[in-house]
Amino acid sequence: MKPLVASLMLFLSWGSHQAAICHELSGFIELEGWFFIHEGQFDGQERQSGSIAFQPEYFHEWRNGSSFTFVPIARLDATDDERTHFDVRELNLLWLQDRFEVRFGIGKVFWGVTEFLHLVDIINQTDLVESIDGEDKLGQTMIQLSIPSQRGTLDLFALPWFRERTFPGRKGRLRSALVVDTDNAVYGHEDKEHHIDLAARYSHTIGDIDFGFYHFNGTGRDPTLIPTLSSNGQPELIPFYELINQNGLDLQAVAGDWLWKLEAIHRRGQGDDFLAMIGGFEYTLTAVFETSADLGLLGEWAYDERGDDAATAFENDLILGLRLAVNDAASSELLAGFGQDLDSRARVIRVEGSRRFGNNLRLFLEIWAFIDQPEDDFLSSMRDDDFVEITLAYYF
Amino acid sequence: MNRLIILVILTAILLPITALAETPEEKGLVIALEAEKRDSGFGDSTSNMKMILRNRHGEESSRDIRIRALEVEGDGDKSLAIFDNPKDVKGTAFLTFSHKHKDDDRWLYLPALKRVKRISSRNKSGSFMGSEFSYEDIASQEVEKYTYKWIRDEIYEGAEYFVSERYPVDKKNSGYTRQVSWMDKKEYRPFKIEYYDRKNSLLKTLTFKGYQKYLQKHWRADEMHMVNHQNGKSTDLYWSDYQFQTGLSDRDFNKNSLKRIR
Repeated sequence: MKPLVASLMLFLSWGSHQAAICHELSGFIELEGWFFIHEGQFDGQERQSGSIAFQPEYFHEWRNGSSFTFVPIARLDATDDERTHFDVRELNLLWLQDRFEVRFGIGKVFWGVTEFLHLVDIINQTDLVESIDGEDKLGQTMIQLSIPSQRGTLDLFALPWFRERTFPGRKGRLRSALVVDTDNAVYGHEDKEHHIDLAARYSHTIGDIDFGFYHFNGTGRDPTLIPTLSSNGQPELIPFYELINQNGLDLQAVAGDWLWKLEAIHRRGQGDDFLAMIGGFEYTLTAVFETSADLGLLGEWAYDERGDDAATAFENDLILGLRLAVNDAASSELLAGFGQDLDSRARVIRVEGSRRFGNNLRLFLEIWAFIDQPEDDFLSSMRDDDFVEITLAYYF
Repeated sequence: MNRLIILVILTAILLPITALAETPEEKGLVIALEAEKRDSGFGDSTSNMKMILRNRHGEESSRDIRIRALEVEGDGDKSLAIFDNPKDVKGTAFLTFSHKHKDDDRWLYLPALKRVKRISSRNKSGSFMGSEFSYEDIASQEVEKYTYKWIRDEIYEGAEYFVSERYPVDKKNSGYTRQVSWMDKKEYRPFKIEYYDRKNSLLKTLTFKGYQKYLQKHWRADEMHMVNHQNGKSTDLYWSDYQFQTGLSDRDFNKNSLKRIR
């Protein structure tokens, strides 16, 4: 870590002589409170928890458009040791040329179009202890070559260092019934986390349609969780990371006020070959209720060929949602989703809203409820984990 | 563009007659085309915009936005709006490809997720980031998006103005039935626009102040003030650091460029 800090200090001191646009330090610090409605199912789980996180971002841009980015994050959690963690989200150089660009270092890449599940997104590992919506990701070492042209964009990736998924610890809420032992992960390939994963993606916009498809060859980001006994005889889960080949497609079409969305994957190497998809729409109403607010109506259907065997909550589920953009000075927003498992009575409700206070503070509110989760369902271990999360973030 | 060429040819052929028998609609269009012609050839531009939102109680909040624009031959311009302030939306960016004869293409970049989202541009009356400017007000003002009618000439504080009305071609999705504009006869710059809502009552008034000339040809206002007469809110835009022909190209206005910017 020390050479990193030293080189950063060097950048900072050198950058301070440059024009303001060329270098900047920004980021946020946030306080988070978790309030669970029920007692936990498992020993040691608390009704309340709190944490504090700090994520600065240093950015330096040269005159030719090449740039350097450094984004670390540190979180201290009051209850769960696994949630207390540090990660480098980004530490990379972007080399910009006329015909192509190369990103070298730790970076983050997002693929996908749907709201409630990010199926095709695969480059970065999910930081599951940060949030359960799968939108927080661990930094991934990469060499990315991006070649944009009139006929679309080709992205080629070499991903030399695999990141294991984070899982809540014994005292953490929103966990599986057996604790995942992240210190003893096993791999399908002898190179383990040093296997060099490869990916290629082509994406393009033709008229009202944006689409992309890719092939990924490497260590699967979703582990198979294998029940076993720990060294002191306790039952636990061990993450097993197989070598997979995955093809993915994402597509979005604009048709007037409608957006139509589709994500699909085909995976080989993790049990039987399977298909999974999520598709749906978003319809936007402008200036509703005689105000300047915009209201989006969302509907998505998720399907996984593995059915109940799938290590996912989305094997045959319908999700309906509302998105409200108030368009006020505080940029108030609300997104609500209601998910119904079409094979059982299981339902999930999630609501997330936020608004700004003053110029630098933003308050986030997130509510999740897990209703009628049957014993054999993926989310059964979270059936008592309905919660309210309040976050106050200061941006600088 | 074809329509423009035909119109120019027609105008040339019929000039002796139309000079006498020009209808108010033809005159309105001729004024709009002349204004467009005078600003053509800017190539590309960059500028900074400070947006002050004011509610009916006079409480203010501000946004800082960087704007980049690229002139496109034969179609609407491309533009990029990047938010610097407030800090919680820093790095959020809008990419727009405007079109003369169909809906604009629009993408939104969300920096926290590194996600580029295609968004619908059908409904033009939505508020731009909580301001009193709607998307159709801040979008590239292509001549083809309206039909025109010259109303009268007017002298105000010693200067002569064309007063014209324009009507959105996409009536169904515009927030307006008509707009009344005051354009100075000498330089063809807008000084005031009144916006009439779908019930044809006065909704907003936009005034332009502090025109400056760039590259001996392109006039840009330093200030724009939009007042909403119905909800009592207003939005002021303060423009600075205008630069033209900075060497921007198509590759600074694509989805990849959204991921690069800060």
